[in-house]
Amino acid sequence: MLQHIRPAIMMIVLMTILTGLAYPLAMTGIAQLIFPWQANGSLITRDGKVIGSALIGQNFTSEKYFHGRPSATTDTDPNDASKTIPAPYNADNSGGSNLGPTSKALVDRITADTNKLAAENPGTKVPMDLVTTSASGLDPDISPAAALFQVPRIAKARNLPPERVRALVEAHIQGRIAGFIGEPRVNVLALNMALDALPAT
Amino acid sequence: MTLNGWLQIALYCVLLTLLVKPLGGYMTRVFNGEKTFLSPALKPLETGIYRLCGVREAEEQHWVTYAIAMLAFTFAGFVVLYGLQRLQAVLPFNPQHLDPVAPDLAFNTSVSFVTNTNWQSYTPESTMSDLVQMAGLTVHNFVSAATGIALALALIRGFARRSAKTVGNFWVDLIRCTFYVLMPICIVAGLFMVWQGVPQNLGAYTAVTTLEGGKQLIAQGPVASQEAIKMLGTNGGGFFNANSSHPFENPTALTNLLQMLLIFSIGAALTNVFGRMVGSQRQGWAIFAVMAVLFLAGVATLYASEAAGNTLLAHLPLDHAAGNMEGKEVRFGIANSALFATITTDASCGAVNTMHDSLTPIGGMVPMLNIMLGEIIFGGVGSGLYGMLLFVIVAMFVAGLMVGRTPEYLGKKLEAKEVKMAMLGILILPLSMLGFTALAVVIPPGVSALANAGPHGFSEALYAYTSATGNNGSAFAGLSANTPFWNSTLGLAMFIGRFLMIVPMLAVAGSLAAKKIVPVSAGTFPTDGGLFVGLVVGVILITGGLTFLPSLALGPIVEQLAMHAGTTY
Repeated sequence: MLQHIRPAIMMIVLMTILTGLAYPLAMTGIAQLIFPWQANGSLITRDGKVIGSALIGQNFTSEKYFHGRPSATTDTDPNDASKTIPAPYNADNSGGSNLGPTSKALVDRITADTNKLAAENPGTKVPMDLVTTSASGLDPDISPAAALFQVPRIAKARNLPPERVRALVEAHIQGRIAGFIGEPRVNVLALNMALDALPAT
Repeated sequence: MTLNGWLQIALYCVLLTLLVKPLGGYMTRVFNGEKTFLSPALKPLETGIYRLCGVREAEEQHWVTYAIAMLAFTFAGFVVLYGLQRLQAVLPFNPQHLDPVAPDLAFNTSVSFVTNTNWQSYTPESTMSDLVQMAGLTVHNFVSAATGIALALALIRGFARRSAKTVGNFWVDLIRCTFYVLMPICIVAGLFMVWQGVPQNLGAYTAVTTLEGGKQLIAQGPVASQEAIKMLGTNGGGFFNANSSHPFENPTALTNLLQMLLIFSIGAALTNVFGRMVGSQRQGWAIFAVMAVLFLAGVATLYASEAAGNTLLAHLPLDHAAGNMEGKEVRFGIANSALFATITTDASCGAVNTMHDSLTPIGGMVPMLNIMLGEIIFGGVGSGLYGMLLFVIVAMFVAGLMVGRTPEYLGKKLEAKEVKMAMLGILILPLSMLGFTALAVVIPPGVSALANAGPHGFSEALYAYTSATGNNGSAFAGLSANTPFWNSTLGLAMFIGRFLMIVPMLAVAGSLAAKKIVPVSAGTFPTDGGLFVGLVVGVILITGGLTFLPSLALGPIVEQLAMHAGTTY
């Protein structure tokens, strides 16, 4: 029994140094050297200011922007630290709704959101990802169908011809890798930045 | 379900199968102490560690000594990890100035990481400093995985050796596994992930003003280095709360594919190590086949259920072909979410790229059942193989009863002691899973943590104790588990699930190693063919079915019926 004490303690100390410090620090060094942009969070700048990360979704509510998926992230209530309040796309507290399929709260929320969106674009089926919260609450993407669904609203709000907005969406669709891996998607932040950059007509 | 979805699942299966032989061959050489292409670089480091620790490389251990060494090492790791969390406020690498972790949470987290569970009752990005993430959690991602693999090797040696007193040297197995197997793969996989967008830095979180003028605080850190070992070691503890669904942990379909391969790679390759060590790779492939059958059944069920979607929404003007997208990410879609959820619970990983709490009832039952069966489908690194071999012993016992012969496996007679110990190892799991669930759903401190009402609330509790006992770590995450009651009972469940299974298993290893080999005769049951595969699958399903069906009927099965009847809670 006693002969195990020295190896047990020495092993945990050495492992902490080698796998807990040397390994992550060496990886940080190499990553910073060869992939500095990715290693620092794929940050995007506009006019010299950091406006977000290419990988992290943002909360869009204005009529003039494409909206991302509903987000279930929360934040601490500033008035009462024991409570939480909804805070969509809180990148400091990722997470999903965790509502089960038979939850009344889930069915009510999806019903209300679907009816609202159906009124905005009558006759078109509402894309599923526009009314369901993502797993991380930070999903940067929507499906191509969800982007195309919003074209009429954007065109009206920005006073642009719908076909120009549609062409912009189509240019931003990222297909499956090698034709079959993953799902086709549109990065909402990139699309909205391109929308802002469109010359006015 | 779509053709494209099945193509992606097929691609995964092909890549995994291709990995088995090369990785299995390499690991066999490493654990036999033979020279490998990394030896010139790593041998000096290895001998240096032995010298510093006072370990004699050539000295082998009896199974009891092996078990004591493993327990002593785990206990030392537990103490250090607990201390780091309690003291994080005064230690370096704490850019967000986080407070010390509360005692019950620090206890739960320490048990969780030393048992390879990685259950997380907390939100990592707002609870754990970079130092705890690296020097605490990442370390145990390595060593708890290496410990699991070492234990599987002890059992394999039990089958492979004849009339032997020893099963290997725990310290040597631990070091070789960490530095020859886990770390090289992690360095390559981690850098691939960085290339795809996973951050790796030590800076403070980035505060930005968004396009619409809102504020966003973007949490970051040394993510990629932890991500690689989190998957490879089937640990599963995320750097962020949303785990592998977070775009920083799993940014693309390629990182997703890599992560799924990492989870199964060692578990699958160990079947080959087993085959090589007992002298017939076919024996390894037979075990692989048992695992593959159960894996495919799980994927097909989960995928079908998620693709069919939530029938409570059927009357709405939605594009129902998209399936159940609640709690899923667009870049993964239904197929890659279903595949990931099956893999992470077949293995004892517990990383998630979709929120299991929001799966359809039958979809959510598959992960639960995978864990209940003992995570033997490729399984946790090491623990999957030794769990599966316990089932094989029971299956051989059943076969022996049918023909009235003393059962044997690989030339070893399986006698009362081995069968009793195997049954003990298998039965300890349902005792903890079902016992704690029964307690939690009748007392107020248990019930108050449930987020969903009705049968889904019961499923949350059942999933929690199943996951903890199975050392999985995934959750129906609506559960508010960060309370003294849940932290301590889940901590106990994780402890029971790990060590009360390991000790009988090592007893089997020691007892088998001491046996002679019985020559093959006409009456020997062939253990490398289809009949054997069918028999083992049957024993696993019957054992699991009889034990867990009543509890599943109260949770997911009744919820599925309620969903079709249009009931909400």
